[in-house]
Amino acid sequence: MRNVLAIFKKEFFSYIASPVGFVFIIFYTLVANGFFLIVQDFFRQGQVTMRGYFYVLPWIFLFFVPAITMRLWAEEKKMGSIELLLTMPLTEFQIIFGKFLAAFAFLCVTMSFSITIPITLGLLGDPDAGVILGSYIGAMLMGGAYLAIGLYFSSLTDNQVVAFIFSLVAIFVLLLAGIVPMYLNKVGPIVYVFEYISLLTHFHNVARGVIDTRDVIYYVSIIVLFLFLNIKNIEARKWR
Amino acid sequence: MIKVDSLSKRYGRVLAVDNISFNIEKGEVVGLLGPNGAGKTTTMKMLTSFLPCTAGRITVDGLDVFGDSLKVRQRIGYLPENCPLYMDMEVEQFLKFCAEIRGIDSSKRKKAVDKMIAECDLKKVTHKIISHLSKGYRQRVGLAQAMIHDPDILIMDEPTSGLDPNQIRDILNLINNLGQQKTVIHSTHILTEAESTSKRILIINNGKIVGEGTPEQLSAQSAGTAVFAAIKGEDVQAKLEAVDFIKDVSKTKDADDGYVQYAMHGQSEDSIAEDVFKLAVTNGWVINELHTQKASLEDVFARLTRG
Repeated sequence: MRNVLAIFKKEFFSYIASPVGFVFIIFYTLVANGFFLIVQDFFRQGQVTMRGYFYVLPWIFLFFVPAITMRLWAEEKKMGSIELLLTMPLTEFQIIFGKFLAAFAFLCVTMSFSITIPITLGLLGDPDAGVILGSYIGAMLMGGAYLAIGLYFSSLTDNQVVAFIFSLVAIFVLLLAGIVPMYLNKVGPIVYVFEYISLLTHFHNVARGVIDTRDVIYYVSIIVLFLFLNIKNIEARKWR
Repeated sequence: MIKVDSLSKRYGRVLAVDNISFNIEKGEVVGLLGPNGAGKTTTMKMLTSFLPCTAGRITVDGLDVFGDSLKVRQRIGYLPENCPLYMDMEVEQFLKFCAEIRGIDSSKRKKAVDKMIAECDLKKVTHKIISHLSKGYRQRVGLAQAMIHDPDILIMDEPTSGLDPNQIRDILNLINNLGQQKTVIHSTHILTEAESTSKRILIINNGKIVGEGTPEQLSAQSAGTAVFAAIKGEDVQAKLEAVDFIKDVSKTKDADDGYVQYAMHGQSEDSIAEDVFKLAVTNGWVINELHTQKASLEDVFARLTRG
């Protein structure tokens, strides 16, 4: 656990110490709040809920989360520091989990800047705090799944741009799986499979503030699956 | 201490390391010498458990480099080729990170870091970001990183590449000092470096060990000792060649006042000058010049890695 913490501290510091981290947070906040307040015309809706904010979140995360994870492995490979890291007395799990937690913490910090919205809602009316809190928790679960996917694709390449595009495409496909079946509801039970594997369908409940165990299990499974694949991919160099 | 047993590494179709074996005892300073692409770096990557071997086995203190990887890694300090570091960290912060990962208790961490900063002369750059440092300083940070947990074994891949002559001398001095207490393996393709630091040299070419021993032994083994003699007489070359243990007789300089200079090699480390002199006496030749010359490591290297 000490090793996980060491990796976590190092990676988290990398995020917040560079100006890129701040630019990222500002840019995210502008886009996410802009969508909610301007594009969705919050002030004329007359509703004190954050549903609109969370409704578009899967699509906003689609572009922002791969940008968080793209450097985690690709940069190590490019700079050669992977050789330093993998010859230290650390297990693959410790490294990957540390990196994942750092990215997750950075996403939490980024999301925390949206606190102005619930505060505004509180000033304007009487929002349901439970629903908002539930939505935040759900959003972080979904964000965690995106991060795990992005971290995995970063480990496949030494090029950050390639890592970004691969992660974006993979997440996009998992989102589309939730939309496409609506148009082909005649094809039979396969539709349920698509719906089940989609990152999007599981977010519908979450956006309403409902935390369903099934959705939690789904997101945690995605995280575990991709962290596991990541470990295997880093271990693959040892296969003879 | 380190046992390498018929180690091979194959990258696809290329055999980068071809069935090499060697032992390294505690406290030895061993130089891996070879042209670029000979397999030095690959060998080091396998020693540090970064890469698996295709065949063979490496043990450190009886521990398998792959089976007990974590324990082995804890005993090794490694400076990879080109000295990769985390460029966005400050020197002190980076060393603290390494100390933490190396399992140094938080109470002793500060002390270990300070010790390295003093030993590697990093006082001036303690709070600088690594990407702003010169190559020489980066190399020292790399060394500090490798030594922070006081490992028994230090493996350095071309520690002097890209440094200026003063920095090279500093690093070589450091290797010599370390050699008093630690087992050091370093690679280089610069011969004088290997000669000045290593008690033992392994010459690697095309993935094979082509020469092994102290610098002196190596010169003797491969090239023998050359003798130069300027002789006046009849049938000199033919008679020299007729002697069993005199090899490679050749004229190096043409007649000058009737003296012809010949170069020849003996078979062993011992000089054959005496034998040449006796032969001259028996045949009634006149000798104007007679001296022996040990083969330099350059000759040995060229001989072993060109053929």
